[in-house]
Amino acid sequence: MNDTILEVRDLKTSFFTHLGEVQAVRGLSFVLNKGDILGIVGESGSGKSVTALSVMKLIETPGKIKAGEILFKNENLTNYSHSQMSDIRGKEIAMIFQDPMTSLNPVISIKEQMIEVIRRHQKVTRKQALERAIQMLKLVGIPEPEKRIHAYPHQFSGGMRQRAMIATALSCNPRLLIADEPTTALDVTIQAQIIDIMKDITQKLDTSIILITHDLGVIAELCTKIIVMYGGMAMEKGNIDDIFYATAHPYTRGLLKSLPRMDRKAHDRLNPIKGSPPDLMKPPAGCPFAPRCEHVMQICKEEAPALYDLGNGHESACWLRDERAPAVENYNKGGR
Amino acid sequence: MVDSSKDLLQVKNLKRYFKMNDSFSKKNRKYLTAVDDVTFSIKRGETFGLVGESGCGKSTIGRTIIRLYEPTGGQVLFDNTDITTMSQHDLFPFRKRMQMIFQDPYASLNTRMTVSEIIGEGMETHNLGSGAKRVERIQYLLNTVGMKKEHANRYPHEFSGGQRQRIGIARALAVEPELVICDEPISALDVSIQAQVVNMLEDLQDKLGLTYLFIAHDLSMVKHISDRIGVMYLGKLMEVCASNELYENPLHPYTQALLSSIPIPDPRLNKNSKRIVLQGDVKSPINPPPGCRFNSRCRLCVDQCWLETPELIEVRPDHYVACHLVKKA
Repeated sequence: MNDTILEVRDLKTSFFTHLGEVQAVRGLSFVLNKGDILGIVGESGSGKSVTALSVMKLIETPGKIKAGEILFKNENLTNYSHSQMSDIRGKEIAMIFQDPMTSLNPVISIKEQMIEVIRRHQKVTRKQALERAIQMLKLVGIPEPEKRIHAYPHQFSGGMRQRAMIATALSCNPRLLIADEPTTALDVTIQAQIIDIMKDITQKLDTSIILITHDLGVIAELCTKIIVMYGGMAMEKGNIDDIFYATAHPYTRGLLKSLPRMDRKAHDRLNPIKGSPPDLMKPPAGCPFAPRCEHVMQICKEEAPALYDLGNGHESACWLRDERAPAVENYNKGGR
Repeated sequence: MVDSSKDLLQVKNLKRYFKMNDSFSKKNRKYLTAVDDVTFSIKRGETFGLVGESGCGKSTIGRTIIRLYEPTGGQVLFDNTDITTMSQHDLFPFRKRMQMIFQDPYASLNTRMTVSEIIGEGMETHNLGSGAKRVERIQYLLNTVGMKKEHANRYPHEFSGGQRQRIGIARALAVEPELVICDEPISALDVSIQAQVVNMLEDLQDKLGLTYLFIAHDLSMVKHISDRIGVMYLGKLMEVCASNELYENPLHPYTQALLSSIPIPDPRLNKNSKRIVLQGDVKSPINPPPGCRFNSRCRLCVDQCWLETPELIEVRPDHYVACHLVKKA
């Protein structure tokens, strides 16, 4: 397909610590098409951020991409050298992080930081770069950008810093924006502003997004496709309606059920998932969710299931989908 | 049965200001008004939720109530006794009756103490049980919060975030408190673990007749656990009412905006709901001018909002709102 922006095939990323190998991502594949907003959702330690960093090739020692291919515009990024990657980062693939303060330089003004990025990737004069920077700040809704661009990061509030980050990331018109928990550090009313900006901008600039978050609410507002990760693997993939209304995997169902709902009465009992996430130092042989799953079978503990195709791009890594598995009552009634 | 008609905690016109150190002369001294004239009460056996964005003063209220911070003004009545001006010595018996659970389960447990030392410390301070009885009680507490008795001799670093939060809860319960102040007890935990801890807090309340002050920024979780909710903005209470009422019939423009900006994990519902996206950022809480604290971001703001600070008044039975535009029904 010509529309494919990014294809990740069987990605395996590990961290070799002195205590042993931590297998953060264990064989993840996905395809991102033009115009997609892909949400990767999972709890801490599920491998969602490591996936993003692997695509950017920002994994630092002791971490390493062990296996797999990352195809961007049909080029395998895993073979790219450091300097080749530098040309791609910021220009073709941009990334924004949870805490904008750690990715903005505190002693350089916003103006210089933005101009630096623009001139690194485009042959423009300083004046043109400044114009472009102001234009981008206007786009993300910073009032009086001509004045505010001279400010330093500490003079901005949390929400404004995140806007400045988004403006910088998008200043070279990247094909792909990776956003790692972009709104987690922000208050809900500011989060709503940032979500609106991201929606608006992808339509205007024709950029695809990979959004990494643990917040299913943010996913529901923004994304068109979802990957649910657990223990370094994809548990379920599909478009937004399939994941929320035709939920196939027991983990996704558990996750959706454990959330409190605003439209329910107070003190309605929550349904938590029992137990806690697996230790990726010694990952379980079978399905990582097996110890916490209410439908667990013998095979689940022995062998990890493949992704079963449920049609229309909806896939679930669960042995219950195997034809030999016993039927589970009331299973196909959907998630919520 | 606990008598639920009685107020266990009354907070009257509570103020807590922090001095800012950026001025040498006393004349121009600036104050950060973290909590400004806040009044509410919590009935015995009830859960009162405090919500608001970061910097609105909700944690400061919790800390001022148990006098981790000294109040700048106002009163805190615990069981009809004024504890605001009490000496530390007189306060001692009240410390046992009020306990706190903290947000960060990594920072709030001493890494050099074993679990049984952590849980037993309060019992030792308050002289509750000794020897075998204390060991028995520690094991009972561990069991109550869903942990095993073998865990008693381990150190905090051996546990996950959710388990640590359980240890923090066991520590709070060790001295048999009546009021537990939960300061963002679940916001550092994963989604699937949050529900476990919330369910446990609710079970404990039923079992032990606890009263909770539940502080959080996650409105959907606060709504789930609370009987009544107070919404804060920049040190002021904006609206106080029953939690179902707050969701069904929010009256303050800020509450309305706050509710509508929560992303709902239901894509179809999201498409149909209209959102009020607030413009701009929260104002500075340093030397705030008179008028409503929310005026700069309010979509309904009128001239009066810049001149007078609205009082928190009862506009309907048990529904209090601080807004010039919401009139008594």
